[in-house]
Amino acid sequence: MGERKVAVITGGGSGLGQAVALRLAKEGVSIVVVDISEKAGQKTAHLVEEIGANAIFVKADVSKAEEVKSYVDKTIEEFGTIDMFYNNAGISGPGVKFVENTIEQIDMVLGINLNGALYGLKYVLEVMLANGGGRIVNTSSTAGVVGQATVGTYSATKHAMVGITKTLAAEYAAQGIVVNAIAPGTTETPMVRAYKEKNPDAFVNATEPIPQKRLGQPEEVAELVTFLLTGNAPYINGVVVPIDGGFTAI
Amino acid sequence: MKRFEEKIVLITGGGSGLGRAAAVQVAKEGAKLALVDLSKEGMEETKQAILAAAPEAEVITIEANCANESEVEAYVKQTVEQFGKIDSFFNNAGVEGKQNLTEEYGAEEFDRVVNINLNGVFYGMQHVLKVMKEQGYGSVVNTASVGGIRGVGNQSGYAASKHGVVGLTRNSGIEYGQFGVSIKAIAPGAIMTPMVEGSLRQLGGDNWEEAGKEFVSVNPMKRFGKPEEVGYLVAFLLSDQADFINATVIPIDGGQSYKY
Repeated sequence: MGERKVAVITGGGSGLGQAVALRLAKEGVSIVVVDISEKAGQKTAHLVEEIGANAIFVKADVSKAEEVKSYVDKTIEEFGTIDMFYNNAGISGPGVKFVENTIEQIDMVLGINLNGALYGLKYVLEVMLANGGGRIVNTSSTAGVVGQATVGTYSATKHAMVGITKTLAAEYAAQGIVVNAIAPGTTETPMVRAYKEKNPDAFVNATEPIPQKRLGQPEEVAELVTFLLTGNAPYINGVVVPIDGGFTAI
Repeated sequence: MKRFEEKIVLITGGGSGLGRAAAVQVAKEGAKLALVDLSKEGMEETKQAILAAAPEAEVITIEANCANESEVEAYVKQTVEQFGKIDSFFNNAGVEGKQNLTEEYGAEEFDRVVNINLNGVFYGMQHVLKVMKEQGYGSVVNTASVGGIRGVGNQSGYAASKHGVVGLTRNSGIEYGQFGVSIKAIAPGAIMTPMVEGSLRQLGGDNWEEAGKEFVSVNPMKRFGKPEEVGYLVAFLLSDQADFINATVIPIDGGQSYKY
C-alpha cells in the first residue's frame, strides 16, 4: 500500500462525481472513476492525471451487484485499499407525476440510485472494515429531506440515503468508519442541465424559492465532500449536510 | 491556501472551549480576530494560544456580557472601528445551566440561561447582520447543540435556548441569503470543553470522569469529540468554501443523533 490515499467515486464521469474527483486529485488522492459511460469516465480519469494524481477508470452499471463487486476488486488490484468512497452515481428519472411513471422507469431509478448505492456500501465496507477504517459520503439530495413534485422515485431513493447513512454510523463508528451524506439543492451539473432542457416549465423561476437566489455549483459541493472525506473532524458522523442555499429551511 | 487571509473574524465565547479552538484554527489560516468574552483571563490564554500557532496574527480582546444588548452593540462597533469590516462571526458564547428536572429548574435559572444562550445570540446577529448586509457579504456560525435538535433531558433552559438558536438560524438564513450572507448553526455533541466538564461535574461530582465515560459509552464513536474538530468545522463553515450552506444546522456528535 502506498502513502497516497485512494478514493472510489461512482458517477465520476460527470457532475458532482467529476467535480469531487478533480478536487480530491488536488489533495494528491488516487482516484478510481466509476461510471457507466466509458467516454465520460475516461475523460475524468485524464483530467485527474493532468492534475498530477493517479487515476483509473472502471466501467460499471452500479445497478448490477457483480459489476459493483468488480469495481471494488479492480480498485484493490490497482491500489491495494480504499480510504474514501464517494457513493454518488444516480439518475433523476422522468420529470412526471408519480402514477405516470412506468414500472420500468421506477425500477430503473431504484436499481441505480438505491440498489447501486447499497451494493457499493456493502462491498466497500467489507474492504474498509478489513483495513481498519475509512470515510464515506453518500449523495442524497434536497429531495431526500423534503418532498419535491415530479421526482417521486428519485425522492424515495434519496430519502433512503439518509436512512442508510445514519444506520451505518450507528453500526460501524467504533470500527473507524465515518459515514455522512450530503443533500445538494439544484446544482448546475450536466444531469440538471439535461433535465432542464427536457422540462423547461419545471425550471421557470428555479432560483426563486432559494434564499440565496442562485443555483449551487459543482465545485462548491466538491469542497463540502472533500471536507467530509479528508478533513480533521471525523467526529462529524451520521450527518446529512444540506448544501442548498437555504432551500430546505423554508 | 490560506482561507482567512485579510479576513476579520469575530468570536464570542472566545475565552475558552469551542471559541478558543475556532480562533486558533482561523488564525492559523490568516485571520485577524476580535475575541469577546466575560473572562479577561480566558481571552488572554486564547490570545497566547493564537500567537503560539500564528505569531503574526492580529488579535483584539473585548470584555462583554453577551446577554446585555448595549454591550453587544459595543463589541460590534469596536470590531468595525478597529478592522473596518466583519467577514465572519462565530456567535458562540453560552452556558450549560443547571442539570435537573423541569419542575426543579426554576424561573430564575431559565431566564439566566435563555438570556445568555438565546438573547445573546440574537443580539449578536442583530448587530452583526446589519454590518454584513451593508457590506454585501459575510458568514455567521451560531453554536446550537445536540440539545438544540433533540431532547437530551435535565436541561430545560439549555434545550429551549439551543432549539431557539436553530430557529434563529433558519429564520435569518432565509432573510439574508439574498444579501450575500450565509448563516448556519453547529450542533456539537459530547465535546470535551470546560462547559461539558461543568455539566459532568454536576452529574458525577468528583467522579465526573466516570460520568463522562458512561456518557460516551452510548456514542457510536465511544469517545468525546475534540474542540479542535469543532474548530475545524467552524473554520470550514465560516470560509468562502461553504457559502451555499445556509439556514441549516450541522451536528458534530460522533453519530449520537442518528438514533433520535
